[in-house]
Amino acid sequence: MSTVLDAAPAPVTTVAEEKVAVATQLQLTWWRFRKHKVAVASGVIVAFFYLVALLADFLATIGPHATDAARSYIPPQEIHWFDEDGSFRPHVFALKGKRDPRTFRLVYAPDPEDKRYLVLFGQGYAYEFLGLFPTSRHLVGLDRGNPEEALFLLGTDQLGRDFWSRLVLATRTSLVIGLAGVALSLFLGVLLGGISGLYGGWIDTVIQRLIEILRSIPTIPLWMGLAAALPASWSVLQIYLAITVIISLIGWTELARVVRGRFLSLREEDFVTAAELAGASRMRIIFRHMVPSFLSHIIAAVSLALPAMIISETTLSFLGLGLRPPAISWGVLLQDAQNIQALGIAPWLLLAAVPVIVVILAFNFLGDGLRDAADPYG
Amino acid sequence: MAEPILSVRGLQTWFHQDEGIVRAVDGASFDLEPGRTLGIVGESGCGKSVTARSILRIVERPGRVEGGQILLRRADGRVTDLARLDGQGREMRAIRGGEIGYVFQEPMSSLSSFHTIGNQLIEAIRLHAALGKRAARERGVELLSLVGIPRPAQRIDSYSFELSGGLRQRVMIALALAAEPRILIADEPTTALDVTTQAQILDLIRRLQDERDLAVILITHDMGVIAEMTDDVVVMYLGRDVERGPVDAIFHEPKHPYTRSLLRSIPSVLATPRSRLRTVEGSIPHPYNRPAGCPFHPRCPDAMPGLCERSLPGAVALGERREASCFLHEKPASGATAPVPTLLEPRA
Amino acid sequence: MIAYVVRRLILAIVTIWAISVVSYAIIQLPPGDFVDSYIANLSASGSMVSAQEAEAMREHYGLNRPIWVQYAKWMNRVIRGDFGVSLEWNRPVTEVIGDRLWLTIVISIAAIILTWGIALPIGIYSAVRQYSIADYIFTFVGFVGLAVPNFLLALIVMYLGFRYFDASIGGLFSPEYELAPWSWGKVWDLTVHLPLPALILALAGTAQLIRIMRANLLDELRRPYVTTARARGLQEWRVIMKYPVRASLNPFASTIGYLLPFVVSGSIVVSLVLSLPTVGPLLLRALVAQDMFLAGAIVLLLGVLTVIGTFLSDLVLMWIDPRIRAGLHG
Repeated sequence: MSTVLDAAPAPVTTVAEEKVAVATQLQLTWWRFRKHKVAVASGVIVAFFYLVALLADFLATIGPHATDAARSYIPPQEIHWFDEDGSFRPHVFALKGKRDPRTFRLVYAPDPEDKRYLVLFGQGYAYEFLGLFPTSRHLVGLDRGNPEEALFLLGTDQLGRDFWSRLVLATRTSLVIGLAGVALSLFLGVLLGGISGLYGGWIDTVIQRLIEILRSIPTIPLWMGLAAALPASWSVLQIYLAITVIISLIGWTELARVVRGRFLSLREEDFVTAAELAGASRMRIIFRHMVPSFLSHIIAAVSLALPAMIISETTLSFLGLGLRPPAISWGVLLQDAQNIQALGIAPWLLLAAVPVIVVILAFNFLGDGLRDAADPYG
Repeated sequence: MAEPILSVRGLQTWFHQDEGIVRAVDGASFDLEPGRTLGIVGESGCGKSVTARSILRIVERPGRVEGGQILLRRADGRVTDLARLDGQGREMRAIRGGEIGYVFQEPMSSLSSFHTIGNQLIEAIRLHAALGKRAARERGVELLSLVGIPRPAQRIDSYSFELSGGLRQRVMIALALAAEPRILIADEPTTALDVTTQAQILDLIRRLQDERDLAVILITHDMGVIAEMTDDVVVMYLGRDVERGPVDAIFHEPKHPYTRSLLRSIPSVLATPRSRLRTVEGSIPHPYNRPAGCPFHPRCPDAMPGLCERSLPGAVALGERREASCFLHEKPASGATAPVPTLLEPRA
Repeated sequence: MIAYVVRRLILAIVTIWAISVVSYAIIQLPPGDFVDSYIANLSASGSMVSAQEAEAMREHYGLNRPIWVQYAKWMNRVIRGDFGVSLEWNRPVTEVIGDRLWLTIVISIAAIILTWGIALPIGIYSAVRQYSIADYIFTFVGFVGLAVPNFLLALIVMYLGFRYFDASIGGLFSPEYELAPWSWGKVWDLTVHLPLPALILALAGTAQLIRIMRANLLDELRRPYVTTARARGLQEWRVIMKYPVRASLNPFASTIGYLLPFVVSGSIVVSLVLSLPTVGPLLLRALVAQDMFLAGAIVLLLGVLTVIGTFLSDLVLMWIDPRIRAGLHG
């Protein structure tokens, strides 16, 4: 006789729960991360910015180094989105130079007679797309004539250079240096933090003290000193590299701390002991067993370290000690905005601050989300 | 039979989590009589601690007392329903410590490491008595000596991490009694201690109860402690009381299948060597997965198909001060036993 | 406890030594030696230095000796208070630095006080009233502080002041007090001008500390001793302020150690933007002009002061944590 008691009890776990039971650390982290809407949105923003960095030349419109003293401090051009007949045809008015009768200075003003329509994939200055092949197509161009006559989306700076193009290229430089700096920091951090955490003992103590010493020194004066010592004769690329090294020296201590902490706590874990007892070699234990379980923490720490890199480079360049013209980075652009009088005339120069703030915020939210996802209880 | 000093009727304490509502306590009723010890026993997760905290209204968020009554008979005879008081109001605060003292389970983490035990003790004293600092300190020293702490005048200035586990628990007891309450709730007071210290602490509680005529609620999962210390017992399962009665009756004639399983599972020196340890079959269900009908039915050796998984048994009176919630004793059709309605109404 | 103090002291001394080495390295970095630059500078302004004088100078500074001897000589002089001569100003370095170092300290301390004063109550409130509107607002403001580099903030504030309030923000003194000798009037003037720069400096650190305080307190609020305090009949606000807040102050206090270098660093750049008469603008000029003794001295002094400050904060930490006093931690 079949009774209710004979029927199979409700399944203890559902299919979803089964999946959870066999998910790897990374998968678990990813699922938790996905729940944080803000963090995911930040991730998208970060990806977008790196896309901009990748396509910088394509997105620019006018050669970033093309100076023209006559074009100095032109305000951002107004884009008229609709024609008089109401159709959607974005256009701008070309700039005509007219001599001011009183000062005899050449002043540029938009000429309503000279309409230029905006086109996608228009012609502009020549460059190498992704370093692969030469082209002169850009995202936005004019239907006729040279962009240099009319297309100043964000105005110009004191030397008449197009601010939009410079901003886009600055994004590339700053983001790439930030990334390179973090990579170096990561290397240093993992190396020293790993040795510290894995071997313990006096090596650990020495490295720990070193980190403490570095953290208690005010960093900016030191880095200013180092940066100032870079010979002015060095090429732009050499300075690039040197600045990257300098700012990476700032951030590695935090990463080393995270790595060391992870190694320390992992050393005590039973699964490590089990691997040792099973006869696994040191290397194998580290790479096959320990690293995967703290990979997500490292990713989170890196994401949080990037803003510091960006701030460092921006600050140094702003002071004139980091990247210097003709290199273009956010800090270099902001240096132009240092003069209050200049800002009064050309407030759009301060727009360089916007991507800085957005990117830093995005990385912070992203890093927070990743950190919470990697270790909700940590 | 004296009037109970504390009566809990149909207590419901629920936790409103994002994933759903956890009904940690869902219909607990029992009485505490003055001068006697009531034991609340059950497996981990059955809601014993939450019940005790609900009495003092110190359940952590997101838990809330949702329904039922907690009737306290005050010194002047009037009855206050603690479930209806403002949890942070003056009256409730006066009752905490002043009428009901609470001894917590984990003495290490239950005392602040940043304040001396004297600081915390004197605070407890002065909250309920208008004493100056020096007088309060003297009382504190007296209390410490009362609970058996050597050199109390020096120890009062130590920090909790400077004391052993047993001493810390004695301090907790002193704290609980600082304001001379009439009821003492001891929540697993000895679980975190070793066996010898356990015995000492239990002795202390019994002695203090005699000296001060306290009514004690003792929460534990250890049937041995129940046998030794209590006068009456409440057995809880999944947030409800399933059986109550005097301790002898419970031990010699358990009426509820769960109580029987619990008693059977106590290892005995007298058992046949090499025989299997009896356990209660199965495990506690997940709080979001409460079984329909009687909560114990999936694990019950006497479950009656067609009945137990469908309906919730009410408390059935089985004699003087005896109750069990089980269909084995309930005769649904006849009116001889008067069951409590099967579904309790939540508070509006 | 003594062991703790001694350990921190040794660490402080080693750190100061490390800073001195790095400072001297900075001094040595530019090509050519000090005497050459000095002579070049002098001849540019018309004076001449004889070969003998040049040789004597070289001897005095030990420039023809190995570098560690030079370092030792420099340290020797430094300990006696002789930091060398500034190339650009042609005066002893100590004179050139003058008040600026003290002003740097004053503004750093003001920033730290502000940081604590703001972060502590906001952090507590955010934790206790989680998810309330105020919590979200504070979190947002906190993020602004976190995301905007302090020099940028200073720049934006200056611009806004200039554009909308027609005010010229910057400087620590009104024009009449700027070069005047110290008096109570000058002190008051300083106090009035201090809040804005100190606030700008404090904002980044405040954001960090609010998050730390909030996280710590949220953790502590869940602990058993909080329930115990409630079970005694203590009022709710007292329960929170006396127990979990006290417990979360610890990790909070240990952040001072890193707050000070952070703030001192930040003050350099902010003082540049706001034209504050502190050490920052002086350092930048010195570095650009390769006025190395001045630059090195500033770096050394900043470092030493920071380390002293950190050490003092370690002592404070020890005082407030009974566990360290008992020798359990640290």
